[in-house]
Amino acid sequence: MENNTWSDDQPIVSIQNVHKSFGALEVLKGVSLDVMKGEVICIIGPSGSGKSTLIRCINALNDIQAGSIKVEGLEVHDSKLDQLELRKRVGMVFQQYNLFPHKTALENVMMAPIKVLKQPKDEVEKRARALIEKVRLQGKEDAYPGELSGGQQQRVAIARSLAMNPDVMLFDEVTAALDPETVKEVLVTIKDLAEEGMTCILVTHEMGFAREIADHIYFTDRGVIVEHGPPDTFFDNASDPRTREFLSQIL
Amino acid sequence: MLEAFMEFFRQLAEDAPRWNFIFFYEERQWLRIVSGIKYTLLLSVACVIFSVIIGVVGAWLQGAKSKFVRRSVQGYIQFFRNTPPFVQLLFFYFALGQFTPTILGDDGWTEYPIISNIGWAIISLSFFAGAFNVEIFRAGIEAVPESTQEAASSLGFSRLQTYKEVVLPLAFRVSLPALNNNLVNLVKTTTQAIGIAVPELLYESVGIWNDYPSAQYPTMLLLFVTFILLVGVLVYGMHRWETALKIPGYGS
Ligand SMILES: Nc1ncnc2c1ncn2[C@@H]1O[C@H](COP(=O)(O)OP(=O)(O)OP(=O)(O)O)[C@@H](O)[C@H]1O
Ligand SMILES: [Mg+2]
Repeated sequence: MENNTWSDDQPIVSIQNVHKSFGALEVLKGVSLDVMKGEVICIIGPSGSGKSTLIRCINALNDIQAGSIKVEGLEVHDSKLDQLELRKRVGMVFQQYNLFPHKTALENVMMAPIKVLKQPKDEVEKRARALIEKVRLQGKEDAYPGELSGGQQQRVAIARSLAMNPDVMLFDEVTAALDPETVKEVLVTIKDLAEEGMTCILVTHEMGFAREIADHIYFTDRGVIVEHGPPDTFFDNASDPRTREFLSQIL
Repeated sequence: MLEAFMEFFRQLAEDAPRWNFIFFYEERQWLRIVSGIKYTLLLSVACVIFSVIIGVVGAWLQGAKSKFVRRSVQGYIQFFRNTPPFVQLLFFYFALGQFTPTILGDDGWTEYPIISNIGWAIISLSFFAGAFNVEIFRAGIEAVPESTQEAASSLGFSRLQTYKEVVLPLAFRVSLPALNNNLVNLVKTTTQAIGIAVPELLYESVGIWNDYPSAQYPTMLLLFVTFILLVGVLVYGMHRWETALKIPGYGS
């Protein structure tokens, strides 16, 4: 990008006054937030408040009507942007894992680097095996998604995303579809990542987890960010009544 | 051994005049049958391959951004699905065939059309079966969750890569049973090529029983048996393929 002057001291993800509607339904009504490199932020809020929509706008799975989203200085919703440039920088993990069911765990991880980045197969395979190990799934390389538990599938999905070497990871309620016992193994994986310095944007209902790993918490309600702050302040001294009501219901 | 076999049918023809299996003891008729089977196989294999390609490409174009492209595919399907395939064949050969260029034969003055009647039969039957294949694959594609495709695009896959690597392999598995049916129909429909004098098995059979009316029942019998075997091989192959493509832990 010719005029990309982004450097580490600027926000790696910068969201400015974003408006997003589905037809007549306005889902995001002027959302702004900045994320610095290496930061972990959690977005929480009631169902339907626009959390998924916001996070999907960051990697252009949704378009926006107004405002601006920049990732490492790239204008995400610029129609001239090569989407691949964005997708190389941003990894995403979904609530329903969305693995490729016809590929083994290892193949799932290897596919994008080979097909999209055209990297040599043996090199990719080495890295993919290391990633599988990193998400603690050694031995499951040749299993198909249908043969794995939800938690295992989700960890493959995380490894698959990491294989593209992203700078930012998006997690949209990645434990919401899991059994309580397997939630932890996925959270541990995310925590490892966060501790290694990966920039993470998480939508989550796991308040304890959010409090533990987030540098900053955002609370959304009906398409706006109602309140935000560091976890301790946020959870213990929420000032907005809507936040307090939400927290009292959920904690 | 072979002598005895031929002798048996020669004798049978004498004893029971309606059961003259002439192609089992007269080499010239046998060769007509063999040649007919060759053309039937050629038509079947070529049409199966081309119609599947048409199905794959058509289903891809149905998801195109351009409304014009989508409409065109829809128009193609409507035309080929809603008109008789035999009329399509005649139309291709007699109407379109007129406008294709010709080449000069070795003798210097005979003109041959660049697309032979066999060529037209393959083209028209492929488009006919292809129209159904587009619909069959489309149904398979619709069974692939949007979210799986989103995962692919969030990994940087282009639309074409997503189609090739994710959508098609999954859709294909879902489509196989319906595809199987359509291809069986296609193989049977190749007999229509007789309408434009393609020397396939039906054409040769009719030739034989016109020359030897006493061979009519045996030749019909041979037709049935040949197609039962041919379709049997196809169905067996498709089932093997279906099994080979089964994904552990996926689907039923
Ligand atoms: N593709 C779509 N078309 C139309 N409306 C949509 C679409 N996606 C989301 N919405 C609507 O936008 C609103 C916000 O949805 P979103 O999925 O962002 O909420 P959320 O905060 O993630 O909720 P949850 O916690 O239940 O996941 C909802 O009212 C939803 O119905
Ligand atoms: Mg959501």
